[in-house]
Amino acid sequence: MTHKSVSVMPLLSFRGITKRFGPLVANDAISLDLNQGEVLALLGENGAGKTTLMNILFGHYVAEEGEILVDGAPLPPGSTDAAIQAGIGMVHQHFTLAENLTVLENITLGTEPLFAWRRDIKAARTKIADMAAEYGLHADPDKLVGALSVGERQRVEILKALYRDARILILDEPTAVLTPQESDSLFETLKKLTAKGLAVIFISHKLNEILNHTNRVVVLRRGAVAGTVTTSEADRAGLARMMVGEEVNRPKVTSMMPGNAVLRLTHVDCQSDSEAQSLKDVSLEIRAHEIIGLAGVAGNGQRTLANLLSGLATADAGDVEILGAPGVADPTELVRRGVGRIPEDRHATGVVGEMPLWENLISEDRRGAEIARAGFVIDKRRALERSKRLIEEFDIRCEGPEAETRLLSGGNMQKLILARVLSRGPEFILANQPVRGLDEGAIAYVQSRLLQARADGAGVLLISEDLDELFALSDRIAVMYHGRLTPPQDTAGLTVGDVGLLMSGHEAESAHAH
Amino acid sequence: MIGDIFEILLTAGFWAATIRIVSPLILGTLGELICERAGVLNLGIEGIMTMGAMAGWMWVFQGGDLWGGIVFAAFIGALFGLFHASFTVYLGLSQHVTGIGITLFASSLSYYVFRMLLPDATTPPKIVPFQPYAIPGLSDIPVIGEALFSQTPLTYLALLSVPAVWYVLERTPLGLAVRMAGENPVAVESQGIDVLAVRTGAVMVGSAFMAIGGAFITMSAFDAFYFGMINGRGWICVALVIFASWRPGKALLGALLFAGLDALQVRAQQLAGAQIPYQFFLMAPYVLSIAAMVVMSRRASYPKALLVPFRRGDRV
Ligand SMILES: Nc1ncnc2c1ncn2[C@@H]1O[C@H](COP(=O)(O)OP(=O)(O)O)[C@@H](O)[C@H]1O
Ligand SMILES: [Mg+2]
Repeated sequence: MTHKSVSVMPLLSFRGITKRFGPLVANDAISLDLNQGEVLALLGENGAGKTTLMNILFGHYVAEEGEILVDGAPLPPGSTDAAIQAGIGMVHQHFTLAENLTVLENITLGTEPLFAWRRDIKAARTKIADMAAEYGLHADPDKLVGALSVGERQRVEILKALYRDARILILDEPTAVLTPQESDSLFETLKKLTAKGLAVIFISHKLNEILNHTNRVVVLRRGAVAGTVTTSEADRAGLARMMVGEEVNRPKVTSMMPGNAVLRLTHVDCQSDSEAQSLKDVSLEIRAHEIIGLAGVAGNGQRTLANLLSGLATADAGDVEILGAPGVADPTELVRRGVGRIPEDRHATGVVGEMPLWENLISEDRRGAEIARAGFVIDKRRALERSKRLIEEFDIRCEGPEAETRLLSGGNMQKLILARVLSRGPEFILANQPVRGLDEGAIAYVQSRLLQARADGAGVLLISEDLDELFALSDRIAVMYHGRLTPPQDTAGLTVGDVGLLMSGHEAESAHAH
Repeated sequence: MIGDIFEILLTAGFWAATIRIVSPLILGTLGELICERAGVLNLGIEGIMTMGAMAGWMWVFQGGDLWGGIVFAAFIGALFGLFHASFTVYLGLSQHVTGIGITLFASSLSYYVFRMLLPDATTPPKIVPFQPYAIPGLSDIPVIGEALFSQTPLTYLALLSVPAVWYVLERTPLGLAVRMAGENPVAVESQGIDVLAVRTGAVMVGSAFMAIGGAFITMSAFDAFYFGMINGRGWICVALVIFASWRPGKALLGALLFAGLDALQVRAQQLAGAQIPYQFFLMAPYVLSIAAMVVMSRRASYPKALLVPFRRGDRV
């Protein structure tokens, strides 16, 4: 591949692309080439600037500096129309489909002159069927997009690009939302596409996929190109190092003498919106100085359990004892009692994005003596002082306590939540997917903070879909399947395979049937 | 009493009145619907209808012809649509605040211009409005003929615009772009189409419809322009769009229901005016509309990007 690019003009080249958002340099003088028929991986952590670079290529954003050449001709900046005309197709990280419209409508929008008297639906249907047959991308043209699964929606997005005769296909983290089987069929499709001469830019931060399915890798770090390697000459460790910069070591739990119980569930039933999510006969004890890992495929009752422990639901049967008193459907009371909650969806329930950092930082403590005068008037000066202290202590990268919270990156938002929770010295912590979507540095930070809280005497329930994380942090691991919980077992005596079997309901079924 | 009401329902006069009342409503509702399908709530409707009523009438009063007046009203409406769009579409400001502002501004401006051009008028001056045009053949059908086919040309225009708007939205590339802009503007941009232009165009066209709806009142239903003429019809249209789940056909249905109740209450007043205060009858269409709205809007699937501004270069 490389020897070819010397003689042949690259299909696409970025020349010194720089893009800033305020003080943040999202793309820093990026130059790279893409050749005919190759799959180029763009690798980088969250926030490295991959999506930004592609948005510039596709005309969503305009770069401050640099230019893009397609077939040697400059691409007019800031025009999606020009990008499409130049043969560029983009499958966005967050799909750009209208759910209330049909597949056919989503695909054909913009392919006919706007002021035509009618849409040629018949021709479109034939063309879509042909493409579906050619590339194995099946989609019912008359279905509403809202009725499609994530995998099907992605096929529609690819069809959208092919329908417009794309020669360069951008796939922005296409596998992040797919099951392993769906990912495999995507790679099959990619093979067919490249065989026909398409060039693909494949964005991911999953090293395995990149090593197995791409020709060349460009690594981005903090907006700049950190290196380019031919995939066949690359190795995991090397890529990881290039991506993260310095080596980041994730922390590991060390044994510790557990204390008194902070949480005790005995034969708890709790109804939820679906059968699989409803808790059935769940018993669990968590003690101080202990992290219990909760494994399970999403949707097996984790959310119900989390709601129960954060005061958003009550049990239908059985006993719930949180920090020495019965569980109540009253989050304020639980927080006052010493429960710390790290919610699953930090944007939706963790913070109020439109409010400044300082208000989010004190929101669980607004009536506390440190913040409130006479118990109800917020002393802003003291609140700001405390916020500044926490921002420093937890290394929250932001403009200051008055900045809007929604502008924080995922990792910094999670640090804010950690700061709010841990600064109260909680005795029981519910950590629900605490590192989901964070980059390596932030993951290591969050995990070490949880271990620190454990050392300080907290009992922690860690809900996670990442088995590596569970094995690294937990004293004991329990598995949830269909609303039932296996008794926690010492991590030392477990293998990933054991837990995987439990997650698919194997042992739970037989134990239940005995 | 119930029997009397049935008797009213069977008269051609009742149906003719219903169709007359429905004309401005359906024009306004279609206008609002076009704006909202593109993702822009246009609460300027009440003022734009007032402006259209004044502008069309004034055109004719100053010597222009009737159709010229309609075109002029539509043009002024589109102008206010552009005004609305420059705030809500290009600057991404609050659609509620901008809409209310335009209603206040356009209504007041209408009365101001009217007074300025006709400072001495005491009794409202009159024009010769659109005359009923009986469609040969069809108008001879009993009841339906008188109700549907002996109306003014503007009524025919209003009724025909229902299938026309439906066709454009559902069957043309432009309509698809408008609908998509109201569902997911990023998807529109990703297909190489200028979202802001699509939305602006939709708001301008929708506002033109509203203005023609207003002009109907001074140029077809009545022959003069006076204060408070639109009388909340614009707000009814906003409600009807929700009632209709943003569909032109259902919008006609909802408008007919409201107009029918309105025509009925006038007649029922005469029947039972002695026993029941007439205010109750005036209230009836609104109360029943609210009830219908509550029932219908629970199933409504609104355009996903309604009220959501699109800014180029924002995170996609
Ligand atoms: N429209 C935007 N406005 C402000 N900041 C942005 C915008 N888009 C991206 N960013 C910032 O630019 C950086 C790079 O983001 P992005 O390109 O999405 O990263 P990646 O796709 O590699 O995860 C991040 O810090 C992100 O917060
Ligand atoms: Mg990205």
